[in-house]
Amino acid sequence: MQELSAGNSSEPLLSVEGLTTEFVTEDGIVRAADGVTFDVHAGETVSLVGESGCGKSVTALSIMRLIQSPPGRIVGGRVWFEGRDLLAISDKQMRKVRGAEIGMIFQEPMTSLNPVLTIGRQITEPLQLHQDMSTSEARRRAVELLGMVGIPDAGHRINDYPHQLSGGQRQRVMIAIAMSCNPKLLIADEATTALDVTIQAQILELMKDLTSRFGTALLIITHNLGVVARYADRVNVMYAGRIRESAQATNIYHQTRHPYTAGLLHSVPRLDRDLGSRLEPIPGEIPDPGTRIEGCAFQPRCRFAVARCSTDDPQLDEVLPRHTAACWEHERVGAEVEAQKI
Amino acid sequence: MTSQVQTVAASSPASGADDLLTVRDLQVHFPIKRGLIFQRQVAAVKAVDGVSFSIKPGETLGLVGESGSGKTTIGKAIIQLVKATGGSIKFNGEEVTSLKGSALRAVRKQMGIVFQDPYGALNPRMTAGAIVGEPLAVHKLTSGKGEFVDTVAGLMETVGLNPALLNRYPHEFSGGQRQRIGVARALAARPSLIILDEPVSALDVSIQAQVINLLQDLQEQFNLAYLFIAHDLSVVRHISDRVAVMYLGKIMEFAESRQIYEEPLHPYTQALLSAVPVPDPIVERGRERIVLRGDIPSPIAPPPGCVFNTRCPIAIDDCSLGVPESRELEPGHTVACIRASVGQA
Repeated sequence: MQELSAGNSSEPLLSVEGLTTEFVTEDGIVRAADGVTFDVHAGETVSLVGESGCGKSVTALSIMRLIQSPPGRIVGGRVWFEGRDLLAISDKQMRKVRGAEIGMIFQEPMTSLNPVLTIGRQITEPLQLHQDMSTSEARRRAVELLGMVGIPDAGHRINDYPHQLSGGQRQRVMIAIAMSCNPKLLIADEATTALDVTIQAQILELMKDLTSRFGTALLIITHNLGVVARYADRVNVMYAGRIRESAQATNIYHQTRHPYTAGLLHSVPRLDRDLGSRLEPIPGEIPDPGTRIEGCAFQPRCRFAVARCSTDDPQLDEVLPRHTAACWEHERVGAEVEAQKI
Repeated sequence: MTSQVQTVAASSPASGADDLLTVRDLQVHFPIKRGLIFQRQVAAVKAVDGVSFSIKPGETLGLVGESGSGKTTIGKAIIQLVKATGGSIKFNGEEVTSLKGSALRAVRKQMGIVFQDPYGALNPRMTAGAIVGEPLAVHKLTSGKGEFVDTVAGLMETVGLNPALLNRYPHEFSGGQRQRIGVARALAARPSLIILDEPVSALDVSIQAQVINLLQDLQEQFNLAYLFIAHDLSVVRHISDRVAVMYLGKIMEFAESRQIYEEPLHPYTQALLSAVPVPDPIVERGRERIVLRGDIPSPIAPPPGCVFNTRCPIAIDDCSLGVPESRELEPGHTVACIRASVGQA
């Protein structure tokens, strides 16, 4: 298989090491990201997947240093990007990274765009700021960008305000802004979740097309296992603030080694499965972010759990080549996944 | 079950004397008015525009569509939360669109509804027990406080909630538990039909599966008929016996769940299917992707002819001239498209 994707041996473009972010709440300190560690190589599409409250968005916002403080605070870890630790550089330097080197798209395009500025004004802003373009130059480039993301009649639409566009078009504008300065990394945080299925497909295809055309790395943050399967090269599964399993996409789905990943995959109905089969949900509820669980955080819901799981917290370990999982019983999980295939 | 056999053998999707619910040519148009004093109607939102289907006892009919397709409005029209502007809705052979007062209450008693938002659908000032028991009180189904509490506790147990929690308030429950409260309330008056309007869309995937399984168990236990409304094609196909695919107020394709995936005949259904990714990278590599152009048109000014023609990859000139009739291309499989034929895909 051709899984020796971009830069196996070379330095990663983005390397997140032990990222820990806490929030002060009424119920005490909540650790939303708890030692998150993963890499993104140049040109690669990587996914952070998990359910609500697992810390995937907090991880993205921490990478961009967009955590509002107070109540949030990045308390540990490093975010290496092109040889610099983004958590250590000055605010001024960080402003140059945002938009110019790392672009970001959020879930809600209506609230991420400024309602009182034309979309043209919002696309030209980063161009003038980061690339020292003159007003007319920036405007020309903005029209070009709008055309590139598939806004028809871009020369006129550039004077529109966000409310004059549909949800899908607004997300296209967000992509145009995020891609305007040719960033090396594009972070898409649930960028298509609020859109209808057919529009979702348009936007995802557009992001995939543009990032592969310009060699941009793409970090997709989502709860949708289908989107991950369709687009990601590498997948990181998050639960309760931590990455629990990380591997090439095919291995995550076919050589699953963490019970939570297996549970998620058995929870979703699939179009290509026989009818009449019953779903196998994960029992119990997602733990409250405030509660501390001894040992492995997934253990209260895990059907593979043994005595050790409630005392020792498993760390992310290499269980197969380039495949890590944080589970004491990963071999039993793997054996069951193998057995079910036959 | 006999109803299963009849579903397969039914010659038309909207026929049969044993139907629990029959919807014929349903129309729900919302007027758009202008003028302060002399209001006049300037246009209409054609939320539902000529929809026909039927549901048999114990059957699940899935209504799937994107936003603005009218699927929620159909559910509301059946339970008379919005008025139909045309067509007929028969429940157990009785026309419900003209009912008022106690006759309407009597019909509503036999129908339950579960809404999408488990946060917004429960009154925050009422306890879980009071919410679940409200239909019992409205329809005076229990006598005395003891029987009321026992019935409520029984209902909570049925949906997998600890009856000891009946004095708690909605905010003390998780999203999945709240949806169970909503289901228990819908069950309280012992209905024969439950309208499920996006019942799992707001839930996380691991909780979604729990609620889907619960709904399937309850259906078997109480022989319930479901109208399952959702935008997620994988979920709808999983739970439904038959599926109606909607677009801009009209049914585009109607088929058994198996046919919808194996043999979709309408170009919109085909595009919708290809837009839903399967959680398996190997399967995904081999799948054809049809990416539709443009946005969903406004239901205020739907395109002339076939409402899908502006985005349809196989549209011809004739498609914008006349509204396509629903044609039965296979037994129980109808398609509203002049270009569709069996064996094309």
